[in-house]
Amino acid sequence: MVRYRKERLDRGIKVRCEDIFALSSYRETLYLLLPRALPVVALLILPMLKGVVGLYWEKVLIITCAIALLAISWDLLASVGLVSLGQALFFGAGAYLAGFFNRSFGWPPFLTIPFATLGGALCCTLLLLPVLRLRGVYFAIVTLILPLLLARVIEATKILGGTEGMSALSPLPNIWFELYVPVIALLVCLFGFRRLINEDYGLVLQGIRDNDRAVMSGAINIYRFKAQAVFMAAAAGAFAGAFMTHYYQFVGMPAFALDYSILPLTCAVLGGVGSFAGPVIGAFILVPLSELLRAFGTLRVVFYSAILIICVVGLPEGVFHYISRKYHQFERVVKIE
Amino acid sequence: MNKMGDRTILNVEKVSKRFGGVVAVDGVSLHLQEGELLGVIGPNGSGKTTLVNLVTGFVKADSGRVVYKGKNITGKMPYKISALGIARTFQMVKPFYQLPAFKNLIIPLYSTRVRKLRGGKYGDRDTVAIDLLEEVGFERDSFVPYKMASSLPHGYLKRLELARCLTLRPDLLILDELFSGMSMSEVASTLPIIERLNGEGLSIIMVEHRLRELFRVAHRIIALNFGRKIAEGSPREVTESDAVKAAYLGSEAEE
Repeated sequence: MVRYRKERLDRGIKVRCEDIFALSSYRETLYLLLPRALPVVALLILPMLKGVVGLYWEKVLIITCAIALLAISWDLLASVGLVSLGQALFFGAGAYLAGFFNRSFGWPPFLTIPFATLGGALCCTLLLLPVLRLRGVYFAIVTLILPLLLARVIEATKILGGTEGMSALSPLPNIWFELYVPVIALLVCLFGFRRLINEDYGLVLQGIRDNDRAVMSGAINIYRFKAQAVFMAAAAGAFAGAFMTHYYQFVGMPAFALDYSILPLTCAVLGGVGSFAGPVIGAFILVPLSELLRAFGTLRVVFYSAILIICVVGLPEGVFHYISRKYHQFERVVKIE
Repeated sequence: MNKMGDRTILNVEKVSKRFGGVVAVDGVSLHLQEGELLGVIGPNGSGKTTLVNLVTGFVKADSGRVVYKGKNITGKMPYKISALGIARTFQMVKPFYQLPAFKNLIIPLYSTRVRKLRGGKYGDRDTVAIDLLEEVGFERDSFVPYKMASSLPHGYLKRLELARCLTLRPDLLILDELFSGMSMSEVASTLPIIERLNGEGLSIIMVEHRLRELFRVAHRIIALNFGRKIAEGSPREVTESDAVKAAYLGSEAEE
């Protein structure tokens, strides 16, 4: 009986001297450049298609970018070993702060968004500071509860508009601003975080995930690094929140909703954890998919969940890791002697 | 405070630690001179690793004091203690498996202690890491330092652990069963490294089960059993002590 097996060969560029890759042809340059340039170009072109696909799908693009930012923020925390179930905390903090600055001080969006991003990130870091010692599921539980708790606080004390929320906030200047700001923020976060995690600083963060005791015995204050990571992750989330506040011209208790915690997590798991590109791909699959399925009415959630289960069971490594493996390796079937 | 001429680097005063009903370490005292190599022996479960954890801050003592270079370090956070110059290996090696071997050393190289020692210069951490790995016997011009930690044999991982400690340029090195799980030849190649470090004036505490190798290098030995110190002295004195014989052979002799 003749048997076959699949053989995988790396397609990588082999000439490696110190830290630079020696590229010998346009083909090799293209090989490296294409997967990085493709999403950049695609994301920059998408907003220009608003005449073609209509305003509805442009709105979907904006929401997708916001969710992708939250998913990236989840992935950054995960690379420090902090499994979060509460991206809504970051989103809500940014959203409410932007609303508060706008209504109380009358600041325009180009002031409220940066201040809400930094202020929200600071608040979230301070809130999470006492629980940075917790690991695994204990940290997850605390982060899951915090946004729900804050929503109830707002409901009970009627601060920040209470259950009504704050409406009639300043709109964003124009449609181009609305479309390009989230797209560019997403690209900056995606490539920025990817670069960061491969620097020496990022190695420390990954070390904390893999073995925090060894990092501690290396004379490194892991809580400081964890707090910095939370700050960066929270900034990405808070930006998304602040932007969406001005986009909707409204902020209310839904900013702390469970959706903003769970959806980014699903995006990250579907797209592939630990690469930052994975969560973005996940968001660009899941959010538009959920819009496409609207035609099915109530059955939407059923189809959505079914697709999600199939993807997670079929590609447990994540879409991104699957694609990148296919891109970097030749596969051929060889006969077993 | 440290008096002039008193070259004690570490002084452990009657530390105790209880885990629930088990007294892991019971009023153990020890002192270490600068440049001395102290061996800690004892049967399994005698509290050797807990003692190391007490000194390095991974476990908080119930009572007693740990004084390092005249400074009370009892109950300090582990990263603060290692920043003062106490480096330790872990009995269970847990390197950063997804990183190449030399990248494992980047993490301690990133610490404020190392940055200060190197005059605040960042420099090229990769080069420093490769140099350090060569020091513990990773062949410089081979692929070994660049291999993923997950694909290294156990002996190399143990030596990687040693290199991780040396990265901090410690004043006191605590080796928690460095030789366990190493082959005879790996031990034979690692022992000279430890002798050399000690010869250069580094104070070392070695917790070890390989008594023959330990006795070759140690100046002084203390023996633990059931969390108590049962013997102290030169290797010869300790091996001839009845209490130690009883502890290892399990005879009914009184302590």
